[in-house]
Amino acid sequence: MAKIVELITENVGKVRPDSLEDYLNASGYEALKKAFKMTPEEIIEEVKKSNLRGRGGAGYPTGSKWEQLHEIDETPKYIVCNADEGEPGTFKDKIIMDKDPFKLVEAMTIAGYTFGSNHGYIYIRGEYPLSKKTMQKAVDLAKEAGYLGDNILGTDYSFDIHIRTGAGAYVCGENSAQLNSLEGKVGRPRIKPPHLAEVGLFKKPTLVNNVESFAAIPYIVLNGGEKYASFGTKESGGTKLVCLSGNVVNRGVYEVPFGTTIREIIYDLGGGMPEGRKFKFAQIGGSSGPCFGEDKLDTPLCYKETGKNGLIVGSGALLVVDDSNCAVDFAKCISEFFVHESCGKCTMCREGNRQLLRILTRFTEGKGCKEDFALIEQLSNVLPISSFCGLGETATRAVSTCIELFRDEFEEHIEGKCRAGICSFSEGGK
Amino acid sequence: MLTNQQIRDVVQKYEDGEENILAILLKLQEASGQNYISEDCAVEVAKELNIPASKIYDLLTFHSMFSTKPRGKYIIEICKSAPCHVNKSREIVKMFENELGIKMGETTADKLFTLQFTSCIGACDIAPAAKIGEKVYGNLTKEDVKKIIQEYREGGK
Repeated sequence: MAKIVELITENVGKVRPDSLEDYLNASGYEALKKAFKMTPEEIIEEVKKSNLRGRGGAGYPTGSKWEQLHEIDETPKYIVCNADEGEPGTFKDKIIMDKDPFKLVEAMTIAGYTFGSNHGYIYIRGEYPLSKKTMQKAVDLAKEAGYLGDNILGTDYSFDIHIRTGAGAYVCGENSAQLNSLEGKVGRPRIKPPHLAEVGLFKKPTLVNNVESFAAIPYIVLNGGEKYASFGTKESGGTKLVCLSGNVVNRGVYEVPFGTTIREIIYDLGGGMPEGRKFKFAQIGGSSGPCFGEDKLDTPLCYKETGKNGLIVGSGALLVVDDSNCAVDFAKCISEFFVHESCGKCTMCREGNRQLLRILTRFTEGKGCKEDFALIEQLSNVLPISSFCGLGETATRAVSTCIELFRDEFEEHIEGKCRAGICSFSEGGK
Repeated sequence: MLTNQQIRDVVQKYEDGEENILAILLKLQEASGQNYISEDCAVEVAKELNIPASKIYDLLTFHSMFSTKPRGKYIIEICKSAPCHVNKSREIVKMFENELGIKMGETTADKLFTLQFTSCIGACDIAPAAKIGEKVYGNLTKEDVKKIIQEYREGGK
C-alpha cells in the first residue's frame, strides 16, 4: 500500500499562505536560524548527503550543483528559483507557492546565505497569476518582519527576493532560456558550456533550482541530509511530489517516498480508473516523457528503476489514459504542443516537429501510409541529436513510445478505423 | 486606447524596466481594454526603455500570452494540453463555441469574448479546465459553460 509522507508538504492546507505567524508557529524559519550557525560547507555537505536531485525534471544532483557554485570565487552570485512549471500535467510547484510560500522564501534565503548572494529571483510562469501574487505577498511580509532584506534576523547577512513573471513560453522552463528571459531578452536557450554556475544571470555565477528542490532544503538543514535520504531508495533520496492526472478517480498532488511503485500511485492513491473504464497507458514526466503500458506499472518511482525501464522521473507528472482514448489522437495532441512551443532556434526542432504533426494528422484523417512509420522513426532519431535544449531532445519521445505500444492502432487508422471512435475520417479517408 | 503618457506611467512604475519588460507588457495589454499591444504602444515602450522596437515585437510574438491584434474584453482560454485532452476538453471547446457562436481564435461581435487555446494551466486535477483572466474553472460541464458566460455577459456591459 502506498503511503504519503509529508516532508515538504507538511504545511500544505495547515497554514494560511498569507500568514507569516502561521508559518512561524509551524516551525517556520527554524532551518534558517540553524543555517546561520553553520558554515556554507556544512550546509552543502548536508545537501549532498540528502541525495536530493533536481525536481524540475532533469534530476541533476543538487549537492553537486551547490558544490560547483561554491567553488567559484567570482561575485556577485545570484539565486534563481525556476517556478515556470510548464510541463503539461505538472502542478506541484503551484501547490507549494499557493499553500506554503514562506517555505520557498526561507529555502532561497538559506541558499543565498550559503553562497553569500544578496539577490534572488523567482521566475513564475505567466499562467499562474495568483501564485505570483501569493509569492509577492509572502516576500513583502517576510521583509517587513526582518526575515528578508537588510541584516536578516540581526545578522550582517542581507538578501532580497524579486518576483518575475513569464508570459507563456514552455521553453522558458529551460534554465538558460529562463535566465535570458529574466534579463529582459527573449527566452531562447543558450549554448552550454559555459555552465550557469560560471556564466549565469547577467553573466554572473548563478544557482538555478526548481521550487520543489528548494522546498526540500529547510527539512534537510533542520533534520540532516541523512534523515531526508532515509525516506527514499539507496540512490534516490527523500520524497517526490507526484502530479496524478488524466482518467483516474482521485487526481491531485501526492508526496510519496521514492520507491513507491507507479501502480501503487495510480491505484492506491489515485483510486484507479473511473467505473467501467480500463487502463490503456500512462505517460510519465509530462508531455516530454515516455508513454508506457500495463507491463511497466510495477516500476518503482526512483531514478535508477525508471531509467532501467525506459521511463523517467522527470517533473513528477503522471498522466493516466483510459481506453476511451485513441493512441493516434493522443500522439497528435502531444505533437501539437511541441509545434506550438518550439522556440524556432534549432532548425530540426522547428521543422521536424511540424513535419511530425503533419504525418500524425494524416493518420487521424485516414490518410496515413506504411512508409510514414519510417519517416516518424527518422525524425525521432534526428531531433534528439540536432537540438541543443531539452525541448527538441525529448519532443518525439511520447510519439515514438506511443507507436511502439500501439502500432496496431496506427495501422488501423491507415485503413480508416479508430477503435476509440475519436478520429473522424469523413474528409477523404480511405 | 492608451495615451503615450499612460504608457510612460506604466513603464516608469517598474524599476529595472528592461528586466521587467514582460510584466510591463502584460500590464499594458491588460490596460489596453482590448487585450493587445498596438504598434504605437510597442514603439512608445521601446522609446521609453531605449531599446529597439523590433525587440518588443520579438517578445510579443514569442510569448503565447501576448497579442498584436485587438481581442475581446475577456479571453477565455481553454487548456489544450494532454491531461485536459484525455478528459475530453474537445467537448468543452464545442460548448464554448456553440454558446458564443464563434470558433476558437475568434472574437465575438460585441468584442466581449475571445476564445483561444492555452498550454497547461496547472489545473490538471480539475480537468477539463479553462481560464478567464486570473480565474480558473474546472470540471466543466455544459451547464457550467452557460453559467460562466452569462455571468461575464452581465458583469461586462
